[in-house]
Amino acid sequence: MSISVQNLSKHYNGQKAVDSISFEARPGRILGFLGPNGAGKSTTMRMLTGYLTPTSGAASVSGKNIVSQSIEAKKNIGYLPENTPLYPDMYVKEFLGFVGETYAPGNLSKRIEEVIKLVGLTPEQHKKIGMLSKGYRQRVGLAQAIIHNPEVLILDEPTSGLDPNQLVDIRALIKELGKNKTVIISTHIMQEVEAICDDIIIISKGKIVANNSLEGIKKAYNQDSLEDIFRKLTS
Amino acid sequence: MYAVFKRELFSFLSSMVAYITIGIFLLVSGLLLWFFPDTSILDYGYAEMGGFFSLVPYLFMFLIPAITMRSFAEERREGTYELLITRPITLWQIIFAKFLASLVLVFFALIPTLVYYYSISKLGFPEGNIDSGAVTGSYIGLFFLGAAFTAIGIFASSLTKNQVIAFVVCAALCAFAFLGFDYTSQVSALGSIQGNVSSFGINQHYTSMSRGVLDTRDLLYFLSFTMLFLLFTRLTVGGKR
Repeated sequence: MSISVQNLSKHYNGQKAVDSISFEARPGRILGFLGPNGAGKSTTMRMLTGYLTPTSGAASVSGKNIVSQSIEAKKNIGYLPENTPLYPDMYVKEFLGFVGETYAPGNLSKRIEEVIKLVGLTPEQHKKIGMLSKGYRQRVGLAQAIIHNPEVLILDEPTSGLDPNQLVDIRALIKELGKNKTVIISTHIMQEVEAICDDIIIISKGKIVANNSLEGIKKAYNQDSLEDIFRKLTS
Repeated sequence: MYAVFKRELFSFLSSMVAYITIGIFLLVSGLLLWFFPDTSILDYGYAEMGGFFSLVPYLFMFLIPAITMRSFAEERREGTYELLITRPITLWQIIFAKFLASLVLVFFALIPTLVYYYSISKLGFPEGNIDSGAVTGSYIGLFFLGAAFTAIGIFASSLTKNQVIAFVVCAALCAFAFLGFDYTSQVSALGSIQGNVSSFGINQHYTSMSRGVLDTRDLLYFLSFTMLFLLFTRLTVGGKR
């Protein structure tokens, strides 16, 4: 198991943002993390990536505990935070170099070329990040997440704000990456889940309400529309 | 850690922050030292740098907050803080990288002022008649004072998302650390501990270094002062998760 989560909780001033959730994720499969706004998707991802410290419970990434071995765990994670924060004053290559050097110092120019090609940034690679359009910024965000070729990819709403053409490209890229990595993505778009996810976790008010494969969940609720299942479970 | 340090330093150098703050620092110190009659060396008539060294701490109270105010505040506002924290490096490394990058900038601001030393030593009669020991001591003192102020600035920046608040808090803390203890020590109600109170202040240690005497007690004071504020930063940065 590359990600294993046991009874993970996060409380803010007595309010339970994430309430004792447990799940696992396997390599070669894309896990869709679904839930209404404020359900605890981002909080869970932020705990896995070491940005937030869990109130209780445990989780491990590639066998490394996210609290006691946080540095080792972080080395195996590629993370795209919500809203894709980037340094607008840096050039694309400079920024990717910076992110790469935080994992392993050395000459990264070859790997940067590779990643730029992979995410389709080639026409914009000499620009400053601040000058890029939303779609290209999203690609920079993805590029920085995969620069060190991590085992685990955690992508928080990677397709929000993209136009239909960009959506198709980015989805294809995530699908491609998911072939040999463990990928967790959060999203609100049900078609996207149908298109790329293998497994689904639906989370509501901090608790997991469904954890199944895409076919399994449809069978279990005897429904073909994921949207209906989502609404039934979370409202 | 080196990657973060490099990024911080390059972002200073590629934006106007570095050039404007250092430029204004040099302009103001040059004007005060050579032009305005009240403080000018030419009117003072003695070829020594004491005036310069008693002036710079006050300029630092504005220069250093301007350099450090963005370090954590901007990252928190822009959301890049999340990107930074999820790097496989420790919080201490992040804090030290930011601290050192700002300190290097303070150092860059000081280097051009060596020209003043050269000019004043040429102006002396006989030529070169300047107390080099005191100047060296003062520069070392100034560097440590800069480090202490920078640590305060990094701490102030970690408190808030708002750069203006970070600037004002830093300037106020620097002013208090430099002068506040001296003023407090004059309160007669303190009685016998009056002398001890002023030894908490930066001014006393800085003045003692300016005499050209490198006392380990002063060095230790500056090092622990700097570390204390970096520790405060660690606590505020770590506590918010």
